[in-house]
Amino acid sequence: MEEEVVTPLRCFGEHHKSELFTDDNVKTVTSVEQKKVECSVQEVLNMFQENHKIPQPTLLREQHYVYLKRGLRYLSDAYECLDASRPWLCYWILHSLELLDKPVPASISSDVCQFLARCQCPTGGFAGGPGQQAHLAPTYAAVNALCIIGTEEAYSVIDRQKLLEFLYSVKQPDGSFVMHVGGEVDVRSAYCAAAVASLTNIITPTLFEGTPGWIVSCQNWEGGLGGVPGLEAHGGYTFCGTAAMVILGKEDMLDLKSLLRWVVSRQMRFEGGFQGRCNKLVDGCYSFWQAGLLPLLHRALYKEGDPMLSQSSWMFEQQALQEYILLCCQNPAGGLVDKPGKSRDFYHTCYCLSGLSIAQHFGGHDFHLELIIGNDDNRLEPTHPVYNICPEKVTQAFEHFRKLPVPAQREGAGNTSNPS
Amino acid sequence: MIIIDVYQTPHTRKTLNCKPLKSHHFRDRKEWADIEPVPQDDGPSPVVKIAYSEKFTDVYNYFRAVLKNDEKSERAFSLTAEAIELNAANYTVWHYRRVLLQALHKDLREEMKYITAIIEDQPKNYQVWHHRRMVVEWLNDPSEELDFIADILSQDAKNYHAWQHRQWVIQAYNLWDGELEYVEQLLEEDVRNNSAWNQRHFVISHTTGYSEPAVLDREVQYTIEQVRKAPHNESAWNYLKGILQDRGISAYTGLLEQVQELQKANSSPYLMAFLVDIYEDMLESGGTSQEDTLNKVIELCELLAREKDTIRREYWRYVACSLQNKFGTSRGATIVNKLLFN
Repeated sequence: MEEEVVTPLRCFGEHHKSELFTDDNVKTVTSVEQKKVECSVQEVLNMFQENHKIPQPTLLREQHYVYLKRGLRYLSDAYECLDASRPWLCYWILHSLELLDKPVPASISSDVCQFLARCQCPTGGFAGGPGQQAHLAPTYAAVNALCIIGTEEAYSVIDRQKLLEFLYSVKQPDGSFVMHVGGEVDVRSAYCAAAVASLTNIITPTLFEGTPGWIVSCQNWEGGLGGVPGLEAHGGYTFCGTAAMVILGKEDMLDLKSLLRWVVSRQMRFEGGFQGRCNKLVDGCYSFWQAGLLPLLHRALYKEGDPMLSQSSWMFEQQALQEYILLCCQNPAGGLVDKPGKSRDFYHTCYCLSGLSIAQHFGGHDFHLELIIGNDDNRLEPTHPVYNICPEKVTQAFEHFRKLPVPAQREGAGNTSNPS
Repeated sequence: MIIIDVYQTPHTRKTLNCKPLKSHHFRDRKEWADIEPVPQDDGPSPVVKIAYSEKFTDVYNYFRAVLKNDEKSERAFSLTAEAIELNAANYTVWHYRRVLLQALHKDLREEMKYITAIIEDQPKNYQVWHHRRMVVEWLNDPSEELDFIADILSQDAKNYHAWQHRQWVIQAYNLWDGELEYVEQLLEEDVRNNSAWNQRHFVISHTTGYSEPAVLDREVQYTIEQVRKAPHNESAWNYLKGILQDRGISAYTGLLEQVQELQKANSSPYLMAFLVDIYEDMLESGGTSQEDTLNKVIELCELLAREKDTIRREYWRYVACSLQNKFGTSRGATIVNKLLFN
């Protein structure tokens, strides 16, 4: 009889308890909250060990599929608060499905295309819903969703000329972008703009003037990036800034060594997942925003000629992250969550699965190594660490849009660059 | 079901459900009878279709109508408040409300009261803070801000939006006085509050700067004191490195010895990482006993990788290999190889 070789899980190792938080007998809100989370994670791990003779975490593919499939059509009124983020819902769900290698019927894909077309604004860019104002976040989500669909119909939804005009309309003199006309500035906008502009091939010589310098000014004393200069380093913003710099080819302007030290320090020694900021709590979504930085940094350091980069793994504990996601972030009824005790939602489903994919796949141009914790069925499709859609979809979009000329730059037209 | 907005943590909204005696829907109000509501154009085969409540549909049908007609009236203004209550993340509604505030010359003091209440209820929303910033700018009056933000921070001392707003108002209106004292108060309440440590860096770098020896010494001593009290507080160690790294962390006199002394009774992975940083800086600066320093730092990296900070094993091995590669001799390499790969 063949014996299946089961990788011993890190979280059941004999030394795992020594990773629990040390509060030095100084109790503060931070330590109290951290210990509560560790306690609930420990309970989950105990339960798992009790119910499974041989601990083999399993990805609940079918349950997640049912949850996602339904959400793509219908959402309860609990989603009223995301009524200005409906392209996001399309992206989170479509990306989760592609990671799970689940097909989307052509009719639904076509319906998504038509819906997103209704979210596109006459002045360019996409809004959170039909009739709303254009905003960089749903623009990013819509373009990503359309690239995941990847049909001619999908690509042709995007009005590239108008999109370029929209990007100019939110560009600021200091190199930053506001999220929408009359809206706020932060580093997310640079990422959203760089991602959509590069995918659809509308980058002009002046579009990102000053942007790399502005992004660099968001890197702080901690090594990570804040939302705007001066703010605390934060995983979401650090990802956006770094990925934008990679797209613009200027990643070497960042202090990569400090950034690397900051992000690796965000992996929680006990839980295995990542926190968003120093001394805050673990959250499944940072499995992507934080862990996703390691492939970006690996590539940036490789570009600089770093001779000491590993040829087999990213510079974070891939196994520990997979264990956290599989054991602590899955809702048995489908969908994934922030941490045990939290409710499922499509945002966490998308980013927990994206993080799981990052942790499973190590690769560069010539090589690809897989580390699948648990059953082989847990394997997800790889994701592109810059755009967070599958790499083939990125390649396909590039190929399609590079056949088209960059639209004529009409910088003056519709340029209402000063927010009210 | 708890829903989140992108980048924000989940929150539940608790609304009181009082059934009105008769329908208050806009479609039944006489004063709105002249307007044709505009239903949402989701197309024939909707996707991500939200099962809006009747109230939600009603309010937004009228909002769409008002937007389409570009109506600038008092009733349109009231309508924005209803729309906001149903979905405070609808940035299109907020933008229109601002257009109306200006067009109707509304009382901005009243608007401050309104936005104060909304933020207290939903402090983790982008739009509400941006709106408040706009009103403060129009009034050119930041006088309520620091107290208001302090109140929000008293409920959640790490609210990112609150800190962002605080930094904006301090910088725009030169309100630096007293901020360091505020930071110290927060650190007394929770020495692990990383947002407070960041604010400390923000205030000092924008006022005295860290170049003055008196300032730097004070900060180093303050931080070492915190580290002594709670050796496993990562924020304090990060701050110590953060303020010294530009000048060269090993350049600070007596620091290495102080840290080595702390190592005896108050060790932690963060202390060890800090030692790595000092040794690395010593190597970068050139100087005597390079080989000895290199051996020390590699041994430290190996201890971290193997035992004290295993979650960062890959990283510490990378650091050790990089240092060996950069500063090592071929003789030392054999020793290192034995250490790292056995």
